Amino acid sequence: MAKDSIKIRMPALGGQGAVTAAHIAATAADTEGYYAVSNPFFGAEKRMAPSESYARIGTVPIYDRGEVIYPDIIMVYHPQVITMGKSYTMPFYSGIKEDGLVIINSDRDLLTETDKKILDDLNVKVLTRDFTQFALDQAGTELATNMAMLGSLFGALGTVSKPAIEEGIKDRFLKKYTASGGTATLDSVIEKKFKKKMDLIQKNLDTASAAFDLTAEWCKEVGFEPILEAPGT
Amino acid sequence: MSKRTDMTDTHNWSGQKLVSTDYMLFEAPRTKHFMTGSEVLKEAVKRCTVDASVSYPITPQSEAAHLIGELWAEGYVGVYFRGENEFGVMSEVAGCSMAGARTITTTSGPGTLRAMENFAMWSGTRAPMQLVLMARGINSPLTIQPDNLEVFYLLESGMMIWYAENVQELFDMSIAAFTVAEKPDVHVPIVTVVDGFFVSHTREAVELPDDDIAIEPYDPYASPLPPIDSEMPPGRFLRDPFVMKSNYISYAAHASWQFEIRSAVERSVPYAKHFLNGLVHVSGDEDAELAFVACGTASQQAKEAQRELTKLGIKSKVIKLRTIRPFPEAELLEALQGVKHAFVPEFNVVGWLANDVKAKLYGKCDTEIIGGPRVGGGMSMPAEAIIAEVMEKVNG
Repeated sequence: MAKDSIKIRMPALGGQGAVTAAHIAATAADTEGYYAVSNPFFGAEKRMAPSESYARIGTVPIYDRGEVIYPDIIMVYHPQVITMGKSYTMPFYSGIKEDGLVIINSDRDLLTETDKKILDDLNVKVLTRDFTQFALDQAGTELATNMAMLGSLFGALGTVSKPAIEEGIKDRFLKKYTASGGTATLDSVIEKKFKKKMDLIQKNLDTASAAFDLTAEWCKEVGFEPILEAPGT
Repeated sequence: MSKRTDMTDTHNWSGQKLVSTDYMLFEAPRTKHFMTGSEVLKEAVKRCTVDASVSYPITPQSEAAHLIGELWAEGYVGVYFRGENEFGVMSEVAGCSMAGARTITTTSGPGTLRAMENFAMWSGTRAPMQLVLMARGINSPLTIQPDNLEVFYLLESGMMIWYAENVQELFDMSIAAFTVAEKPDVHVPIVTVVDGFFVSHTREAVELPDDDIAIEPYDPYASPLPPIDSEMPPGRFLRDPFVMKSNYISYAAHASWQFEIRSAVERSVPYAKHFLNGLVHVSGDEDAELAFVACGTASQQAKEAQRELTKLGIKSKVIKLRTIRPFPEAELLEALQGVKHAFVPEFNVVGWLANDVKAKLYGKCDTEIIGGPRVGGGMSMPAEAIIAEVMEKVNG
C-alpha cells in the first residue's frame, strides 16, 4: 500500500555527490507537487570519509528532521559503506521498514546470507548494480554516479516525472549555490570535463533517465510495488 | 564606511524601497522558493537594511556567515569583516551596535562559549544587535551536530531569546527580531536560535517577499542610550567613576540596571506577540490531555509524533514556545488548561527547557511536567522514540 510519506537514507563517501543527489531529489519532488525536505549529515569533511544525506518526500507536511533512523529506502553509494562499515549505522540497513528498498552501487553481491534473510523477512527488495560503470558508459565520467543513483530512485518510485527530475538537475547546476571547498572543487572539475555547461547537464539528464528506465523495468520483474502516494492524493 | 549617506527618504543605499516591518511580514506578496536555512538567512538580511556584520567561521554557521559576506560584496550590507575569533567578533559587533549600526552576526556551539563575556556586556549596554545562533554541541568530546545545550548558558544573559523551528520561521523571525530589539522601550540584544543542520543545512519550501524592498533603517537617536562617539562612553556609564567603587551607590546602580535590563526584555512582549503572531503556537487536538511543550526542532519532531499518535487513537497537542526570553508564561498556562501530562522533548541531556518550564509554572498549574525524551550529542529524535515514551505513560 502506498504511503503518505517516505524517508530515504543515502550512505555514501565524501566526494560522491550524495548531498547533491538528495538536494536534487527533494527539488524534483517539490517540483512534482510533493512536500519535500533534504539535508546532509557529516563529520569532518574529507574525501572517502563516511557522509550521509537524506530526503523525505510526502503528500503531507514533513516535520521530521535530521538523520533518517527508520528509512523506507536506502541508497548505498559505495561498496565500502558495507565492506568497511563506512556508515552511520551498523549494519547499513539498520532501521529499514517493511516493504522497503535497498539500492546498492556495486559490481558484485555484497550481502551475506544473514543479511539476505533479514531483508527478505521484511519484504525488502535489493537492487545491486554497478552504477559507477553505468555512469562511465552513459556520461563518460564516474562523477555522474550520483545521477545514475538518482534516476534509479525515481524509477523505483514512479511518481516523480522525468521533466521534474530535469528541473531539479538544472536548478542545481544553473543556480549559484554555496558549497564547501571540496564540493566547489568537484563542481569545477566536472564543469571542465564538458565544453559547455549544457552538455554536462544533458549527460547528467541522460544518465538519470537511463537509470530510471532500467530500475522501473527491474521493479516490474521483482514485483516492487509503488510505495509513495501520487502527489495531490 | 557607513552607507547611510547614500540613502533617500524612500530607498536605502542599495536601491531597495523602504517598507514597514508590518508590510514586509504580513502584506507583501510572496513567492515560493526551495532553500536551506543558511540561504534563507541571507534573504532575510538582504531585506533588512543592515549596516554591519562581523563573522568568524565555525560549523554549522559558516555558510550563513559566508552568504552575509556575499551581501556585502553585492552592496546590501554596509560593513562586513572577519573577526580574529568569536571573542573578537562579539566585541566588534558590540562596537558596531553601540555606534548606532544595525548589526548582525552568527555563531555556533564552541564559538558561543568562547564569546560568552561579551553577551552580558551586550545586554548591559542595551545594544540591540542580533545574534543568529545555529546550535551545535559544546565540547568535549567534539561534536558538530545540533545539541542545543549552549542555549542554557545564554538564558540569564539579559538578551531576548527566540527559537525558530524551520527555514520559514528563521526568515520571518530574523526580520521581526531587529524591529523588536530596536524598539526604544525594549532596546536589548536578541538571539534568534535555530538548530544547526536541522535548519541551517535543511532544504525545504519557503515563501519570500520580493527582494526589491527592505525594512526602514535603525534609528539610533531614538535609543534610550545615545550612540557612542569620542565623547560618549558605552552605555553612558562605563567611564563614570561610581561603578568602579565598592560602595552603596555602585551596588544600587548595578542592581537597578540589572532589573531594568530584565524589565526591558519583558517590555518586548506586546511587540513580539504582534510580529510573531503570538509567543506560543498550539497545534493538534485542542482538548487533549496529553501535550508536548517544545521549541525548535523538538517541536517539529513532536508534531510528527502527534500525527502518528492520532493514527493510534491517542489525542495530543504540541505547544511550541517561540520565545524563551521573555518566557511566555501566561500563554503557556492557557495552552496547558485541561492537560494532565506534558512532555518536554529536548536536544540536550540536561533538560534546560523542562527545568525552566517547571520553575516558571511552579504552583501555578496542575499539569505533570515530564522532562523528556532527550537526545544528546546532536543525535536525531525520531517520532518513534517520542511515541515509545508516551506509550509507556499511557499504558501506565
